[in-house]
Amino acid sequence: MLSRTAANLYWLARYMERAETAARFLQVGARIALVPNTGHGYRNEWDALLRAAGTADAFARKYGEPIQRNIESHLFFDHDNPSSVAACLRRARENGRIVRTALTAQVWDALNTAYQELRELERTPRGELSMVALTDWTTRTTALVRGAIDATQLRNDNYDFLHLGYHLERADNTARLLDVKYYVLLPQVEFVGSGLDNYQWMTLLRAMSAHRAFHWAYGGEVTAARIAHFLILNPQCPRALITCVEGMNAHLERLARGYGRRTPAQSAARRMLAKLAETEVEEIFDEGLHEFLSRFIDEVGALGQTVHDSYLSGDVR
Amino acid sequence: MTDFFNEMFDSGAVRVPYARLRDWMEEMPAELRSLKQAEAEALFRRIGITFAVYGEGGDPDRLIPFDMFPRVFSHDEWRRLERGIKQRARALNAFLSDVYDRGEIVRAGRIPDRLVYLNEAYEKPVAGIRPPKGVYSHIVGIDLVRTGPDQFYVLEDNCRTPSGVSYMLENREIMMRMFPELFRANRIEPVEGYPELLRRTLASVAPEKCRGEPTVVILTPGHFNSAYYEHSFLADLMGVELVEGQDLFVEGEHVWMRTTRGPERVDVIYRRIDDPFLDPLCFRPDSMLGIPGLMDVYRSGGVTIASAPGAGVADDKAIYCFVPEMVRFYLGEEPILENVPTWQCARHDDLKYVLEHLPELVVKEVHGSGGYGMLVGPKATKEQIEAFRLKLLDQPSNYIAQPTLALSTVPTFVEEGVAPRHVDLRPYCLVGERIELVPGGLTRVALTEGSLVVNSSQGGGVKDTWVLAE
Repeated sequence: MLSRTAANLYWLARYMERAETAARFLQVGARIALVPNTGHGYRNEWDALLRAAGTADAFARKYGEPIQRNIESHLFFDHDNPSSVAACLRRARENGRIVRTALTAQVWDALNTAYQELRELERTPRGELSMVALTDWTTRTTALVRGAIDATQLRNDNYDFLHLGYHLERADNTARLLDVKYYVLLPQVEFVGSGLDNYQWMTLLRAMSAHRAFHWAYGGEVTAARIAHFLILNPQCPRALITCVEGMNAHLERLARGYGRRTPAQSAARRMLAKLAETEVEEIFDEGLHEFLSRFIDEVGALGQTVHDSYLSGDVR
Repeated sequence: MTDFFNEMFDSGAVRVPYARLRDWMEEMPAELRSLKQAEAEALFRRIGITFAVYGEGGDPDRLIPFDMFPRVFSHDEWRRLERGIKQRARALNAFLSDVYDRGEIVRAGRIPDRLVYLNEAYEKPVAGIRPPKGVYSHIVGIDLVRTGPDQFYVLEDNCRTPSGVSYMLENREIMMRMFPELFRANRIEPVEGYPELLRRTLASVAPEKCRGEPTVVILTPGHFNSAYYEHSFLADLMGVELVEGQDLFVEGEHVWMRTTRGPERVDVIYRRIDDPFLDPLCFRPDSMLGIPGLMDVYRSGGVTIASAPGAGVADDKAIYCFVPEMVRFYLGEEPILENVPTWQCARHDDLKYVLEHLPELVVKEVHGSGGYGMLVGPKATKEQIEAFRLKLLDQPSNYIAQPTLALSTVPTFVEEGVAPRHVDLRPYCLVGERIELVPGGLTRVALTEGSLVVNSSQGGGVKDTWVLAE
């Protein structure tokens, strides 16, 4: 396969996942904002969200005060925000258009329909659009594309590069969503363990469509440790960091077998997986959740670079 | 106004090839029609067949309007066209082989040497190189118009990279999906073999150095190109890689593509970029689209480029006038297809005639394409004619003129129902070890009443083109 084709598939998947995360950020924010008496009002909550999403500065430059409506625009429609739902979907579709020949008709159809619907949404007056409808539309759309990939794509290297993109982006994004919790809580240590604290944790679970799954997996009381365990270390949870790393590892191994050639990417992924499998949730809290997540995000970034050098750059020898 | 030949209705009677379409046309309720039209448009949009028009802003993903009313040729009509097209494709290739070699046709005084050797499209760097099987133009698109039951004219030849074949294929797919009953009632020759035929044609001209199954690729300028859809569509149906310049590199005596497994050798490049961009070391040094060193490999017989660099000199509008002469000179045959009578403004007498008859003529730029920069005399205002007169006087050799042809019409779905609209035809002739032509082509239709300009950039649409089986 052309290296450029592999890169387009990989980025298609990454942008789809990123679009979904932007929508999930919006869901978290909107729900947190419904809780009364969070000390500093709504402002800090949204600000925290923007910081976790990595767009706080860009937002401040463009809009100033974090007003909910502006934040919604910024995270959903804003083309100046490279992580907005609209920007990600457009780029995913553009990557798909470039490698049309590597996608099945169903996958292209799902991608292209998403794009046509997005253009329709962009033409609709904002007053007629509810945020819930927009975020629901996004998660439905990304699920459609992913479903089409799983149902129809040949299980060849195309498939591996798509999934490598999905898992890598998801690992990064779950870590960032978890980090929202850190930003939200940081100024108010007294809330730790309070009802409010748990509410925020639950909101996170909801945003990852995992609150019911959590109860099935753990039952009983909701504690920070359990939720952190679920989202970081439990391989049953589809968005857990360890699940994502397992996924990257599996697809890299398939590539190595198929090509009959191992690269530094396989070793890096294997090392990450081994380390996570050994980790206990207590160690994470001892290190500090934010510190742990920051380190993890860096490691994922480094792995992404290794994947790029090993397969996507076109300088493979 | 001139009488136009209507391909369906000839003095009130329905011509045979269209016999079975009459009931279909008359029985289709207006609601169903608009429903079907909407369905077709949705299909095109979903498949993603759009094209971009540069410099006009607006919707970047525009659809070429598709008209559901097919254009039909009888078996016999097509056989004659087919012979004429293949003859012309052979003559054009013979001409190219000749002018990059000994130039016999020029020496014989049948074509003025300045038209060939001083032509912008004449590539001196490839003189003396003989491409595999002596083929320069592997895909020849010949634009035809019809003015009567038996009268066809060649409007122009396209020897470089004629586009539009994806519409020929998709128009058929969509018609078969929407109106299967029509395909049961009429025996219509299939066109779907084209991509495979193209692949075989390209494989048949692999360089001699190539061992085993040749690796064919399509080289595109990139996804911002207006024809990108077509490039990716063809690559997919042919089962070959669609590459950009950045995906290829030269090492040793070969061209390689960058893959996830490492470099893979490339034998045949079907390029959809123009000569000047192919190789910055040989042509335009600022080209970002090309592959440095490509021409060295080409010269040493390490890779085939289709169409071969320099093929453009054969489809130049000034050379066009001499194609019938090529047929006689190289093939010793009389041309089956006629040229449109053409005045070359570079000639003094011709220019004089053209200036005196501007309101009845069509004047074109020698190097122009896409219907830009032309004057359609009968449709132009006095001011436009006068403005053009100045341009003509300024640079006469830049223009040719032709009579305004009474282009045939085919019934077309319009707002008010069904009405005749003017059409042309572009068949795609494949030249490799053999010469092949799928029965069909792209029919373009001028959707505006009375308009003779069928270019998609000027409001033209497309139709499915049928050739009936014997």
